[in-house]
Amino acid sequence: MTIQFNDESFRDDYSFYNSERAIKRFPFPFHEDSYMYSVNMEQHRGGPKDSVYEKRFDVDEHYVSEMRDRALVLADDPLRCQSLPHMTLAGWDLLELIMVSKSEDYPDLFELHRDGNTWRWINKPLGIDDTFTFLDEATLPYGPMEYITRQAQGDFAVLDQRDDNLWMDAGMVTTQADWSLDFDIGMNFFEWHAPVPLAHEKGIFVRALKFLLNIQQGAPARRLNWTMTVNPLLDTSPENYHKWGIQKTTLTPENIGAKQHLRVELQTFFRLPRSNALVFPIRCYLCSFQDLMTVPKWGRRLHRVVRDLPVELATYKGFIANRPMMLDYLENFDDGLPTSPGIWPDLETEPPLKT
Amino acid sequence: MSGAEKIAVTVTDIVPLNDLVTRFEFKRTDGGPLPTFSGGAHTVVEMRDGDTTRLNPYSLMSDPMDQSAYTISVRRDDQGRGGSLYMHTKVAVGDEMVISYPVNLFSLDLRAKKHLFLAGGIGITPFLAQIKQLERFNGHWELHYASRTESLGSYVDELTSHHPNETHIYYDDQKQTIDLVNLLEGQPLGTHVYVCGPKGMIDWVRQTAAAEGWPREAIHYEEFLAPQPGKPFEVKLAVSNKVISVGENESLLEAMERAGVDAPYLCRGGACGQCETNVIDYSGNFIHRDHWLDDEEHAGGQKIMPCVSRFEGKTLVLDR
Amino acid sequence: MTKFTFPESIKSRPIYGTLEAREGSAHLLVADAHGAEALLEVATPEMMAKAHIMYIPKGEDFEAKLRALKPASFYSGPSYAAAEPRLLKTLEDARMGLQVYLAGTEGLMGQAMNAAMAAGIPYTAIQTEHRGSVARRMQCVHCKGITEDVETDPFVCSHCGLNLFVRDHYSRRLAAYQGVCIDAEDPGNVPEPKGIYE
Repeated sequence: MTIQFNDESFRDDYSFYNSERAIKRFPFPFHEDSYMYSVNMEQHRGGPKDSVYEKRFDVDEHYVSEMRDRALVLADDPLRCQSLPHMTLAGWDLLELIMVSKSEDYPDLFELHRDGNTWRWINKPLGIDDTFTFLDEATLPYGPMEYITRQAQGDFAVLDQRDDNLWMDAGMVTTQADWSLDFDIGMNFFEWHAPVPLAHEKGIFVRALKFLLNIQQGAPARRLNWTMTVNPLLDTSPENYHKWGIQKTTLTPENIGAKQHLRVELQTFFRLPRSNALVFPIRCYLCSFQDLMTVPKWGRRLHRVVRDLPVELATYKGFIANRPMMLDYLENFDDGLPTSPGIWPDLETEPPLKT
Repeated sequence: MSGAEKIAVTVTDIVPLNDLVTRFEFKRTDGGPLPTFSGGAHTVVEMRDGDTTRLNPYSLMSDPMDQSAYTISVRRDDQGRGGSLYMHTKVAVGDEMVISYPVNLFSLDLRAKKHLFLAGGIGITPFLAQIKQLERFNGHWELHYASRTESLGSYVDELTSHHPNETHIYYDDQKQTIDLVNLLEGQPLGTHVYVCGPKGMIDWVRQTAAAEGWPREAIHYEEFLAPQPGKPFEVKLAVSNKVISVGENESLLEAMERAGVDAPYLCRGGACGQCETNVIDYSGNFIHRDHWLDDEEHAGGQKIMPCVSRFEGKTLVLDR
Repeated sequence: MTKFTFPESIKSRPIYGTLEAREGSAHLLVADAHGAEALLEVATPEMMAKAHIMYIPKGEDFEAKLRALKPASFYSGPSYAAAEPRLLKTLEDARMGLQVYLAGTEGLMGQAMNAAMAAGIPYTAIQTEHRGSVARRMQCVHCKGITEDVETDPFVCSHCGLNLFVRDHYSRRLAAYQGVCIDAEDPGNVPEPKGIYE
């Protein structure tokens, strides 16, 4: 196999780590030295070799451990995966999309053999070899959406499209940035984004919805979003906030480089053919501050972005209390030199940190 | 690039159904499977007729699960700008054509407890695909299909033989009409009504259902408008800094494309809203024909849908 | 105070209107407590001939006035839970064109709307008018338990005992607002409760 899968945890002892390769391909979300909401959509048709944009569904060294963490979350709280009754067809659409994409993009890891409606799916990293009947729920151990998203990194929101709106009518949500599928299921695009500050007033969601409603078969799109997480905790759910919220107070100037993580969501959008639904995979990537600082450009830029972020956004993203400590740490990596445009690390061309 | 993704296809079958309607079958030229789609989707067919390129939307009527071929039915319009005539007279089996990926502006509401389909004439085509989709998943549906005459009733035989209990046929020349008020009043809560046919029929169903207390969200309709010919007019495109002439038999959208100005589109029939264009300045009258803008916007003089709407007057400056 | 002007809020928070008589094949009117006043204002003889009124008095005395409207069918019951089987049966038997009017507290309107939506009526077609108490039906996002008639922020979850703050984020499916632990990052530091709109 081409990918060495880490044996790591996203809870308790937090043994999660990024290899040097994983750091270099981390989807750093800031294309300039400041941040404000925008409808930053682009076509999702590949990207630089080995980047997270290259494949339709990126599989990386965290795959096996992330799927183990998802199983633990679901065993604790099955409400993290729900599908309203009319969304079953969309679930099959999603299963097909992921199986076809992964078997084509990672033929050494995944195989799909189709003979009419009899499908054989082989997932080597997870040791799965199942034969089932496409469109027959009785032949799978879970519903189609749950079956395939127990084998795919990132959260999945499956959106029904009707009445010129998108409706959060199904999802698998265990690696979320503090929102509850169980609470939000059934809401429309504006409702589930209701708690987000500033963006409604800027018309961001009206424009984003217009864009998403017109995403067509064969033409997926993507964008990046981000927040901050203390410890590499995947499951920052509101359900468990009373348990993990306290971890935000454990930062010290000594441990912040290792404990504070930038959390990036690679959001992609695919039209689903049979159901005309839209699937919205939300893939979470974590990287510690100290690992990010190994890329001089990112060190300079992250300091400037965190420093200049409006108070409302720092509050919404949950790090307003820790911002001063973050800045004390980050300013050591900002020598004031200009940065190159774009998100890529540019290690060959950007100067090392001036000391 | 505008519009949905393209697929290179070969015409594999042409079947005249009656005096007006002919069915065309397409397979992928490279032999691969076509994308599946959802019932109600259309494809935009590119017709290269000498120097003229037309792009017309047609509802896909084949089984959405069948990836081997797509079929469409084309009704000949002798008064139109020639798209349907081109299909009827110039396209032959074996021809290679380009069609778009399926786009659905008329999808089923899969929450519906029952789907009530009302078709007029060639408006039957999207329902043929939707019925196949619902049959596959044991959906609850009923069809009321009005045709001018028995001989023009495309697919009546197929429908009445496969679905005798769900299908109800009405022939205008035999003075048979849908008893709409009674039909609507009898439907169980959670029914959605879908209408596809001539504008008069769509308006009748929408107005009657609204008067019967049906919620807006339970009333679905689709009418693709073919762009109508009209007097030529001139347009200034401010962004691209070009002055173009729109000919008698082309749409404003087609004229922009001919001049190399890329404008977004999906349906080219006044329904999807993609080509909505801001008006910067004008002196004259708009001839709005779309379903997208509301009455207020039609009167406002600030927006136009170049796929179907035209202009008569001295100046028109657009934000393109 | 039976009418209250809610402050502007986020987009998931319901907005209530004023009931108006609409064309329809039948009319279902559900109200609690002071919601009866809104029904009395909207009722017309024509509507009442095809109307089913379901009323939960909660100690208020409007029953005689509502009966005097002479609806085709009238029900008065002690609680929403008690009324629910009858409501569900009514919706199951209904035809398209049924008009639904809800009036009273947010908890009552939310739960009845939920039932009507499940029966196939889009929420935008269901009329609502708030009257009476502004107490909220709250879901604890942690234990999922619902606490009825919450009047203060923060409040204590009646199921798991956590101290929750009252969000404006609202779920139609749950007919409840979201309550989230207020002292997770500083256990024990719970502000003094005050009225939700104070």
